[in-house]
Amino acid sequence: MIEFHLETRSGVAPYLQLIQQVRHALRLGVLKEGDKLPTVKEVVAQVAINPNTVSKAYRELEYAGLVTARPGLGTFVTRTLGDDSRAKHEPLRRELERWLVEARAAGLDDESIEALFTSAFRAFSEARA
Amino acid sequence: MTSALIAENLTKRYGRRTALSGCTLDIPAGHVVGLVGPNGAGKSTLLQLACGLLEPTAGRLEVLGERPSSGSPRVGFVAQDTPVYGGLTVAEHLRMGAHLNPSWDRPLAERRIAQVGLDPTQKAGKLSGGQRAQLALTVAAAKRPDLLLLDEPVAALDPLARRTFLQSLMELAVEQGMSIVMSSHLVADLERVCDHLIVLVASRVRVAGDVEELLAGHHRLVGPRRDPGELNAGWTVVDESRTDVQSTLVVRSTAPIDDPSWQADRLDLEDIVLAYMSGAAGPARVLEGQR
Repeated sequence: MIEFHLETRSGVAPYLQLIQQVRHALRLGVLKEGDKLPTVKEVVAQVAINPNTVSKAYRELEYAGLVTARPGLGTFVTRTLGDDSRAKHEPLRRELERWLVEARAAGLDDESIEALFTSAFRAFSEARA
Repeated sequence: MTSALIAENLTKRYGRRTALSGCTLDIPAGHVVGLVGPNGAGKSTLLQLACGLLEPTAGRLEVLGERPSSGSPRVGFVAQDTPVYGGLTVAEHLRMGAHLNPSWDRPLAERRIAQVGLDPTQKAGKLSGGQRAQLALTVAAAKRPDLLLLDEPVAALDPLARRTFLQSLMELAVEQGMSIVMSSHLVADLERVCDHLIVLVASRVRVAGDVEELLAGHHRLVGPRRDPGELNAGWTVVDESRTDVQSTLVVRSTAPIDDPSWQADRLDLEDIVLAYMSGAAGPARVLEGQR
């Protein structure tokens, strides 16, 4: 069983923090296939957060295919997150570098590049949230 | 969706003083609702109207589909400073609760008292602030109400007692499936436990809505000075300040801010609440060096 915690000053929505903590635990192997997540009641009694926040996080994890809810029994992990994604990092990184060269050639300074990336990333994750 | 509370033009006057004015609200059931606003904004008045302790001067109020009546088994109320009877023991409080409430859930009450570590033989007057709050919450929750109203339940508690109290409250929300409305000045707490928020300023509702929608729909914009007429018509300006060269705005807009001449930032719930409080204080604040 894992324990959740909440960082209130991070600016990250609470339900996203719960999702990140589950994904992190899956990546580290702390949570494995078949493991049970704490119930909504257990989480709210421990972290003092809104029950709907926990339900929303669990729903999102279910959409992502990481857990499955078995009525009356609880929410269980259905697959782990290996580090197979790491092999994909290198080509993505090269593409990002190519983009950075283009941005610099277009006359953007470091701060503009960072601001542009942050705002595009934010809009992207909001559109998918 | 059903409503826990519907108010239409609800007004309460004490003599010549208006405590609540033209309050129109629809609070959905099944939520934990935060009620914030400065002292004297009308928060306690609204809660007391909702549990039938006060009669409205004008307007309509419906709680769980009925006109509020004091002593309703469907509504629980924890008044400000979580009052208990100092001369009675913890066990006597539970006995009194059972006597006064036909819907009393004795196992729930006894389980909660044991869980929070209260000694049944202890006089309530000897309890710490946190223990007293837990006792008041237990008595209100064991009625098994559909709606629980709490007036600043954690204001006087230390951080640990506050956290423990909120943990208990959220556990009850899941276990009993009741709707909760609580007033507080501690917006950081409300941001954790509430999914719906009402900002009450100077006896009026300034904003009410889903917390996530409020967070997504408010933006702080900083850019070159502009006059109000030049702003995007889709924006509602909540708060603004100007210098001779710069405008700083807090706006409500459901559409994303795509005007590149503004630097747009997110706000946390506390910033949003503060913007409504200061924006309501009067016309835009004028900074030195202009006009």
